[in-house]
Amino acid sequence: MLAPITTAHYLVLSAALLLIGTVGILLRRNAVVVMMSIELILNAVNVNLIAFSRHLDQVNGQIFAIFVICVAVAEAAVGLGILIALFRNKETVLIDEIDLLKW
Amino acid sequence: MFDVPLFLTFAAIAVACAINLVLQTHPISSALSLVGVMGSLAVLYLLLGGQFIAAVQLIVYAGAIMVLFVFVIMLLNAGAEKRPSRRVLGAAVALPLLFTAAALGAVMITTQIPKTAAVKFGAFQLGGAASIGRELFTRYLLPFEVTSILILIAILGAIVLARKEI
Repeated sequence: MLAPITTAHYLVLSAALLLIGTVGILLRRNAVVVMMSIELILNAVNVNLIAFSRHLDQVNGQIFAIFVICVAVAEAAVGLGILIALFRNKETVLIDEIDLLKW
Repeated sequence: MFDVPLFLTFAAIAVACAINLVLQTHPISSALSLVGVMGSLAVLYLLLGGQFIAAVQLIVYAGAIMVLFVFVIMLLNAGAEKRPSRRVLGAAVALPLLFTAAALGAVMITTQIPKTAAVKFGAFQLGGAASIGRELFTRYLLPFEVTSILILIAILGAIVLARKEI
């Protein structure tokens, strides 16, 4: 019989997803993939919230997860709009070629 | 009784898809990996008793947001990116540090929360649409309305950004 799954397992999974998302933000050059890594980090936060919602036997964590999903939707819409505007002006989405503010 | 294998399977799928997201060179492959992460996380939410969140995760994340991402990738016609050359040194320094941080985090979590009750499927009954809706429209009514204003601002921002003369 395997050991039972506890809240700590979910927290470890959440930490792993958050770190992988951070690595993606730091290593990838394509801005779309960087935004996907941000979505991964937001998902890691959601795993934490829902695991603690069950751990404390309250529904509040799930409400906060819904708010996090709403913020992620707004962020994706505006961020992808910015990317399209940027591509129209600079003809690239590679973040190391977008150096307009770099002296 | 199927809790442990289900958790292990879908947690492994989520982590593997997340690593694949970072390693793939083509953005479409990364987007499909992210869909895999979203789907397996929805199963984990079901195991935690969040039925409504699992449905929202599938509909909003794997449905709406990922369609938006794929649409933008096809619109931008972004090909496979070349392997970064000058970032290899940074990766060689950063990756061991990050894995050390991950190991430290796992140790801290397991020692700080040593004895918690096992997560049993079906033990948490508050995750349905009824109880979440009741909380959302009574106790969290003001944040809910503020969220609608946030989404309105996001719509306006997307429309302004999509105009021709920016």
